[in-house]
Amino acid sequence: MDTAVTEPLLQVRACKQAYHKDSSTDLVVLDDVNVTLKTGEIVGLIGRSGSGKSTLLRIVSGLLAPTAGEVIWRGQPVLGPAPGIAMVFQSFALFPWLTVQENVELGLEAQGMPRAQREQLGEAAIDLIGLGGYESAYPKELSGGMRQRVGFARALVVHPDLLLMDEPFSALDVLTAETLRTDLIELWTEGRLPVKSILMVTHNIEEAVLMCDRVLVFASNPGRVAQEIPVPFGHPRNRLDPAFRQLVDDIYAVMTRRTPAPATPVAPADAPFAAPLHHVSTNLLAGLMEALAGPPYEGRADLPALAGSLQLEADELLPIGETLQLLRFAELEEGDIRLTETGRQFVQADTDHRKKLFAAALLAHVKLAAAIRRTVDERWNHRASAVRFRDELEDHMSPDYAEETLRATIGWGRYAELFSFDEEAQQFSLEDIEPAT
Amino acid sequence: MPSTAQPAALSGRRLPNIWDLAALCCVVGALVAIANAARGTLVPIGVLESAHIDLDPWALPGYALRTTLRMFAALFASLLFTFTYATLAAKSRRAGLIMIPVLDILQSVPILGFLSFTVVFFMSLFPGRVAGLELAAIFAIFTSQAWNMAFSFYQSLTTLPSDLDEATRSFRLTSWQRFWRLEVPFAMPGLVWNTMLSMSGGWFFVVASEAITLGDNNWQLPGIGSYVAAALDKQDLVAVFWAIGAMLVVILVYDQLLFRPLVAWSARFRFETTASATVEDPWVLALLRRTHVLRIAGDAVERGSNWLTGLRLGRPSGTIRRPGASSRLGDAAFMVLVALGVAWVLWQVVDFVGATLSWADLGQVALLGAITLTRVMVLMAVAALVWVPIGVWVGLRPAWAERVQPVAQFLAAFPANLMFPVFVVVIVRFHLNVDVFLTPLMVLGTQWYILFNVIAGAAAFPGDLREAAENFHVGGLLWWRRVIFPGILPYFVTGAITASGGSWNAAIVAEVASWGDTKLAAHGLGAYIAQATDAGDFHKIVLGVVVMSLFVVTVNRLLWRPLYAYASRRTTLG
Repeated sequence: MDTAVTEPLLQVRACKQAYHKDSSTDLVVLDDVNVTLKTGEIVGLIGRSGSGKSTLLRIVSGLLAPTAGEVIWRGQPVLGPAPGIAMVFQSFALFPWLTVQENVELGLEAQGMPRAQREQLGEAAIDLIGLGGYESAYPKELSGGMRQRVGFARALVVHPDLLLMDEPFSALDVLTAETLRTDLIELWTEGRLPVKSILMVTHNIEEAVLMCDRVLVFASNPGRVAQEIPVPFGHPRNRLDPAFRQLVDDIYAVMTRRTPAPATPVAPADAPFAAPLHHVSTNLLAGLMEALAGPPYEGRADLPALAGSLQLEADELLPIGETLQLLRFAELEEGDIRLTETGRQFVQADTDHRKKLFAAALLAHVKLAAAIRRTVDERWNHRASAVRFRDELEDHMSPDYAEETLRATIGWGRYAELFSFDEEAQQFSLEDIEPAT
Repeated sequence: MPSTAQPAALSGRRLPNIWDLAALCCVVGALVAIANAARGTLVPIGVLESAHIDLDPWALPGYALRTTLRMFAALFASLLFTFTYATLAAKSRRAGLIMIPVLDILQSVPILGFLSFTVVFFMSLFPGRVAGLELAAIFAIFTSQAWNMAFSFYQSLTTLPSDLDEATRSFRLTSWQRFWRLEVPFAMPGLVWNTMLSMSGGWFFVVASEAITLGDNNWQLPGIGSYVAAALDKQDLVAVFWAIGAMLVVILVYDQLLFRPLVAWSARFRFETTASATVEDPWVLALLRRTHVLRIAGDAVERGSNWLTGLRLGRPSGTIRRPGASSRLGDAAFMVLVALGVAWVLWQVVDFVGATLSWADLGQVALLGAITLTRVMVLMAVAALVWVPIGVWVGLRPAWAERVQPVAQFLAAFPANLMFPVFVVVIVRFHLNVDVFLTPLMVLGTQWYILFNVIAGAAAFPGDLREAAENFHVGGLLWWRRVIFPGILPYFVTGAITASGGSWNAAIVAEVASWGDTKLAAHGLGAYIAQATDAGDFHKIVLGVVVMSLFVVTVNRLLWRPLYAYASRRTTLG
């Protein structure tokens, strides 16, 4: 579909999404996002988790109203779920009590279309997407791949001009996802899809390069479009093509680039509660460091290659890498990851020594962990409630991020034996912890 | 394996807040208002002549039918209430703030104690006619069914899966379509389960509400409950057994024809993505599904309801409003309105109760409440000691569980008050201690909830954990303490809370009993309420009911909910 890529179909103008907090500045999830979508193109939104790409998709679909800015669709501002826009969900979002046919016809029924016409269009969509014969099955009788086909048929049957896809293949296994992608691209290139344009969110860089005509890379904190990368290949695309590989590498580089300080200061950098943390288990951290230290990487690896050999997606690998960087066990730069001297020491150490190294890194670089330990030390009974820390975190981030940050810190602190945590009482303490020497 | 769902009473907040207080005031105020109205209209209704109850066994089928019809009329009313009240509470944030605590309190009110008022109230609407009495009975059953159904529906509405919610909005379903395509189906398994619990409780009430004595007035509606009351009056033990037999048949038919098929059918609405082991259809459902003629009829019904539920009524829901965007002014106005209402109600209540009752009365009632509380707790402990080992034994043996489980559910539905006369005869004959031997009656009908929940828990106990325990030679007391008891704890608590709630209600009819002219009464809050009802003393009834509600609410909040939260937190991974 290289022809007629001209006419703007949808415009996102200066969209901002923020959650209002009474106590401090607003939490900005998306800041000043401008996107123009033209007829005949597939555009991918890619970025780390928390960069607001799914939020943007929901704003475009009209499910969520932006705090500021507007979305123009067919010349009108979007004020709610708009006709002509249909969505495919990551979790499929099929109604378990409706058959395949009833699920597919849902959107037509909502329009008030007569039964006979509905059935005809429904069957056409079911056949198009390769579901013929499954009309009377219930979703739970189907495999994941077949379920997502129902999701596609349900969206396509209303003949939307714009198809939105929210990580549509991420809940599927590798083979099934690939089949579905190929089938979809085939229908698209043959012009058999009743849509004018597709906007998709993905966390899989290869998937974006395989399917999209343009990729928008999102940066986080606050979420914004960091870079727009055109994909100049025709379909079908070859994953092993050097040019394809190079583009995947480039996108990795953009995603791991040290983010320039955001225009609006989010919080003072040394505040212990300002930085959200990824809940990465210490096993993953140790595992990645061991993989990096061993052959063939010997301390330095190309991220796409590493992701491939460890069978991790970019947004699974990056949080681990970032956490290692935060703890100064490794450095990320331009799509590469490099083990530091402390990282090497960690890999060679035995369990006790590892815990000591980890504890030192936590105290030095994770301000929240240091603050918790300090508070517990200062109390006469060596106990401190988690509620207080959670509240302070929520002054700087959404409750979900606050929870994840706290979970991460608790997990790491337990491993490093910096403090104990009683889940029932929601209390930090020094039980079973040897006094610091 | 029939699975169990959570009764609505279990979830919800633990710590009381200002809204609970407001709700309590509202409920008490409503009770007082009804009592006040009833007091004024008591005299002219006394002229209604009581229906004659025929003790001939051949009259029983007719009585049973009328009793059953009352039951279903009430069920219909409960469903209507559920769909409107719960929907309003879930859709309007402000209304929900007060409506949900009200529901929570209503769940705990022993409505049996208030039967007399509702009877008088409804009869004042239809002076001198049986219709008033019928409505009163139906209302009594309704009050035993509606609250937990509405609660269950409300909880489903507030826990809709976000992706399905987004799907209905993005495909622009209207509010009517959304209600029938998303909200009702999603709520269905919980609703059916809670309806079943309600119905089981309802049989108890229908029997109790047909024969009402209030002061010098005595009313009887043709039905099984009145039949038993008449039999008691005439000391006719044979007639009592006939009534028990008739009730057994009724429950059996209702169980087989309605509830087994309904529960099996509702499984298709269970929100799960994996196909679970398919259970064989109950014979009625199989008949409906496989018989050609019935299938055609079924399809026509389905087509019709599909058309009706697919109508484009209402508007599609728009975007999600940003949090914090709602008007604070409106909130403030609403709060002031509620506060004013509560203050007024409080004043009325104090005025009403304070007119004749003193602090000493309150102290006495609290003491009696403590006695009844002790009874309930001892009964729960005894029932647990008896039924937990049996339930575990049965639950771990699938062949047995399959046979015992339906029987336990059946027994839970049987109105235990029909059995009371048999016990009373024994107590009278052998001059047994009333305070001790009337007590088991309270748990007669409710102990089965413990049994069938424990069976379900033991049956669901993971096989690998059993194997691990066996592999490490964990046996004896250690096995009970570390392996099986924690494993079934959430199920046990689920059963125990239903059982204890039912026992409080049963106290009102179980702590007093009569056989001809012999009247037996134990010491307790239930007996206090029953005697106040006999004497027609509205002030004492209100006081008794309110104190009992407070006891039930307190025990729920302080004991059962924390226990359930603890059990479900500790016994699930992740």
